Amino acid sequence: MHPILKLVAERLGIGLLLLLAASALIFGLTEVLPGDAAQAILGQAATPESLANLRTEMGLDRPAFTRYFEWLGGIMTGDMGVALTNKLPIGDQVASRMSNTLFLAFWAAIISVPLALVLGLIAVRYQNRWPDKIISGITLASISLPEFMIAYLLIFFFAVQLFWAPSFASINDSMTLLEQLHAISLPVAVLTLVVLAHMMRMTRAAILNVMQSAYIETAELKGLNTFAVIRKHAFPNAIAPIVNVVMINLAYLVVGVVVVEVVFAYPGMGQYLVDAVVKRDVPVVLACGVIFAAVYIILNIVADVVSILANPRLRHPK
Amino acid sequence: MTTSLLEVRGLKIGATVYPPGEKPHDIEIVHGVDFDVEPGKVLGLIGESGAGKSTIGLAAMAYGRGGVELTGGSVMVNGRDVLQSSTRDVRRLRGAEVTYVSQSAAASFNPAKQIMEQVIEAAVLHGKFNKSDAEQRACDLFAKLGLPDPDNIGNRYPHQVSGGQLQRCMTALALCPEPDLVVFDEPTTALDVTTQIDVLKAIKDAIRDTGVAALYITHDLAVVAQVSDHIMVLRMGEMVEYGTTDEIINHPKEDYTKALVSVRSIEHEEKQPTEPVLRVENITARYKGTKFDVLHNVSVDLSPGQTLAVVGESGSGKSTLARVITGLLPPRDGTITFAGRTLTPDQPSRSIEDLRELQMIYQMADTAMNPRQTVGTIIGRPLEFYFGLKGAEKQKRIQELLDEIELGKGFQDRYPAELSGGQKQRVCIARALAAKPKLIICDEVTSALDPLVADGILKLLLELQKIEDVAYLFITHDLATVRAIADSIAVMYQGRVQRYGTKSEVLTPPFDDYTDLLLSSVPEMKLGWLEDVIANRKMESAGN
Amino acid sequence: MFKNIPLSAAIGLIITGTYFLAAIFAGVIAPYGMAEAVGDVWEPSSAEHWLGTDQIGRDLLTRMIYGGQTTILIATLATILSFVTGSVLGFIAAVSGGWIDQIMSRLVDLFMSIPSLILALVILSSIEATVVTLVVIMGLLDSTRVYRLSRAVAVDISVMDYVEAARLRGEKLSWIIFREILPNALSPLVAEMGLRFIFMVLFISTLSFLGIGVQPPLADWGGIVKENKEGINFGIGAALYPAVAIATLAISVNLIADWILNRTTSLKGGRG
Repeated sequence: MHPILKLVAERLGIGLLLLLAASALIFGLTEVLPGDAAQAILGQAATPESLANLRTEMGLDRPAFTRYFEWLGGIMTGDMGVALTNKLPIGDQVASRMSNTLFLAFWAAIISVPLALVLGLIAVRYQNRWPDKIISGITLASISLPEFMIAYLLIFFFAVQLFWAPSFASINDSMTLLEQLHAISLPVAVLTLVVLAHMMRMTRAAILNVMQSAYIETAELKGLNTFAVIRKHAFPNAIAPIVNVVMINLAYLVVGVVVVEVVFAYPGMGQYLVDAVVKRDVPVVLACGVIFAAVYIILNIVADVVSILANPRLRHPK
Repeated sequence: MTTSLLEVRGLKIGATVYPPGEKPHDIEIVHGVDFDVEPGKVLGLIGESGAGKSTIGLAAMAYGRGGVELTGGSVMVNGRDVLQSSTRDVRRLRGAEVTYVSQSAAASFNPAKQIMEQVIEAAVLHGKFNKSDAEQRACDLFAKLGLPDPDNIGNRYPHQVSGGQLQRCMTALALCPEPDLVVFDEPTTALDVTTQIDVLKAIKDAIRDTGVAALYITHDLAVVAQVSDHIMVLRMGEMVEYGTTDEIINHPKEDYTKALVSVRSIEHEEKQPTEPVLRVENITARYKGTKFDVLHNVSVDLSPGQTLAVVGESGSGKSTLARVITGLLPPRDGTITFAGRTLTPDQPSRSIEDLRELQMIYQMADTAMNPRQTVGTIIGRPLEFYFGLKGAEKQKRIQELLDEIELGKGFQDRYPAELSGGQKQRVCIARALAAKPKLIICDEVTSALDPLVADGILKLLLELQKIEDVAYLFITHDLATVRAIADSIAVMYQGRVQRYGTKSEVLTPPFDDYTDLLLSSVPEMKLGWLEDVIANRKMESAGN
Repeated sequence: MFKNIPLSAAIGLIITGTYFLAAIFAGVIAPYGMAEAVGDVWEPSSAEHWLGTDQIGRDLLTRMIYGGQTTILIATLATILSFVTGSVLGFIAAVSGGWIDQIMSRLVDLFMSIPSLILALVILSSIEATVVTLVVIMGLLDSTRVYRLSRAVAVDISVMDYVEAARLRGEKLSWIIFREILPNALSPLVAEMGLRFIFMVLFISTLSFLGIGVQPPLADWGGIVKENKEGINFGIGAALYPAVAIATLAISVNLIADWILNRTTSLKGGRG
């Protein structure tokens, strides 16, 4: 087997193990902490007897180990159990909300990724001159504010003062794509701003790192113009770090979504999760938590695999 | 009308520095330098670090590395002043009329592209050749430079060939577009000594056969003497002396040049072995988690107050031997006897007495001293730790040690970063001496230093050996150093002791093939040495 | 050390200092009581109420001062917890190596593979949010990052020749950690501490905004946004004051951290 395939297979194996361990961690955390679903349902009215009865009824008296594997099996097959609060199947809710969240994240990514790359390149081109300084100033400002603050600032100016966009991002299937996009324009803007800063900073660093290599000097001393130096010598070596940057930031986007959905009352996974936490609906929290974690971990694995594949030393072994 | 290909007049080069706690300001690093290179001739630029030689070399391509700026004077290439030329004209010059070979080919080749593509890039870009002709020329150059499988080596990626081979590829890259002038910037410095002369010979032949002119930059006068027609000696951005190679090597006028020429000529009377202070017997060792022994059955003795030089190239196991003796790497087999006692294999279980009497000095004095401690603390700690010295008594002893290493007063409160390279190494010597050791292991202690500074350190070490009666286990790849200081020598090759005995025994023929290769590879300050050596060799160097 | 202090760092120090002083002396400088309704709903700013009033008529400046106290207190305590746990474990892992290092590092990898907000949400769905539980949850979750940094820094330093020289001299582990490694590791860790503190301020504000952080009647900056967010739709900016506070605090701490990092990387010897 080509050694690079072995490395990739190894990385995927470790990733799978990590996914399993992460699900066990999330499940385990709700186990070891005081309180369980039975207690949450009964609340103040709980007596030791009624608690014990309900636990038997819900199967909570069985070993945690057994319940973990049942739960994990359920998640894999799409059966995530029922919510405590409204007794509805969690799987149905997740299905519709997941597509909403992906819709939001998709548009944020479509806008922020190319924008970040272009701005990162500009910052490198004009390193330490005013365009670079403005970009790093904006970066500093936007990483100094939590997502929800950026959201309310945008709402205050663009929704309330200027009436450009709605402050609530409610969408449904009867809306046309254009209407939907208009509805989510502010949350997309917030998410874009949040990841843009990180992505730009990391892109800038990645390209600068490549530009400082000795082989770039070699290319310049061959008489190549700046554009050719970047296209022929910097770019092939910058792909891997940049893809890495993009993946890490998409993973970051997944978390940013949680807060932004709450601000804009957007019917997605994030809002579902936060609602469930407030209502102490543990089965929903578990399902959502593990899905968020999985997406995050998978994106990180993709980033690692891309860096392995893009490494010429690994691709063309001795 | 001048016949010069390159004519440099009054060249001044500046740079912006950013000292901590001060405002950034400009300094001048080259203060007006004049020289010429005629077509087909080689000019050697020689100097120690900070002489500005690489900066001057790159100025021939109108290039300033980092924040360096060409501030004054003129650099005429083929009659045009490149400092006044437009960016476009400069780009037409680079890679066409003037090309460049750097010290580290490994870093200068793009890791993502095949060698051939990079070698022919400039020739094709500047319209010197079409792609297939350029490839043909590259293959011819590969063959001329002695690369194996010249027709296919271009299809490899840079990391797939060895360092010596890559340096030859870089030379092919520079010669491919048929330039008028090639700037060689320390092209053999990073190579092992036996590899160095093969590459040097290849470069010399290629220069001769293609009739190209060259600027050859190096810190090693013996190396430059082999390839150049003229030599210019530089110091701190100024010219010291200029002349033909014969004039500079055989009849230097300036004191500085004389010092450079006579470097490595320390005389040391060999002592006869006595009852050893250190006895290494049948040591076999490997690193944790590996499957190969890096030392095989190594045995050497070292007499009190004498110097055993352990010589070899990278990978010979010489530094591993030091780690085994200090107990950092317990051996798999064998014993070490020190001052009559058998040393335990691992360092933590050794007695304070054993630790005190066996000291070590490192190659990089920079990283061997804690940057947050003053010289006084660094030297004072062993005094306190081993002898319990305190207060005035300790201060007195620190001052004595500073005097011994010729640093005098006022150095106690300085931090390592405020010292020069040579001073740092002296402080490390003082720290080792503070323990009053019987043996000091010196691991390549002069190889990071400029030749004159290194000479000073060697003289100091010899002086101190007489006073303190300390033995040195001197690990080095540099045979000139060995000749200067050793009483006995162990030549190491691939983890084995290849040849061992007193200095005169080891350095007297008949030699085994490897010792012959190693000994003959040390550049000598003699014209025509390179050709003689290559003609009389018995063995190919491994690093090709 | 305050000689040659750059203007940006001086501004950072002054603003940060002001916020901390205001937090410590909140009870003295706040014009009204924390939970005291003193005016109408969402009054505009006036001489009596510099920042106006909030959604139930409490003085907003007072709420901001007390809110800052809670936010800064929780963030500071969580940062300290995170640093003590993370750096002690990180140093132990780096110096001892072997299986101790392996187990701790893999465990930290696991915790860091899940975003800390998600983990915090999962945990807070099971236990009550109080100041103590919040500090513990945030501090421990964040200590994984400090662990990684301090382990990396310590590993870097412990392979330096001067540490080997100390080992060969026969020095004890305590000398090696406190005299050789720590002085060289301190600066990057202190700079990181500033960044972790900012992260903690953002983290606790986010949790409170989501309604699972600091619980009423206590005020904190994130909570003030939550309480006043409806006002935004009527063009009332009460919810935006915490934005200004958080941003200025974060930027000024950032400026200090930058200065510490630059000061130490350019320090004699070059190593931070």
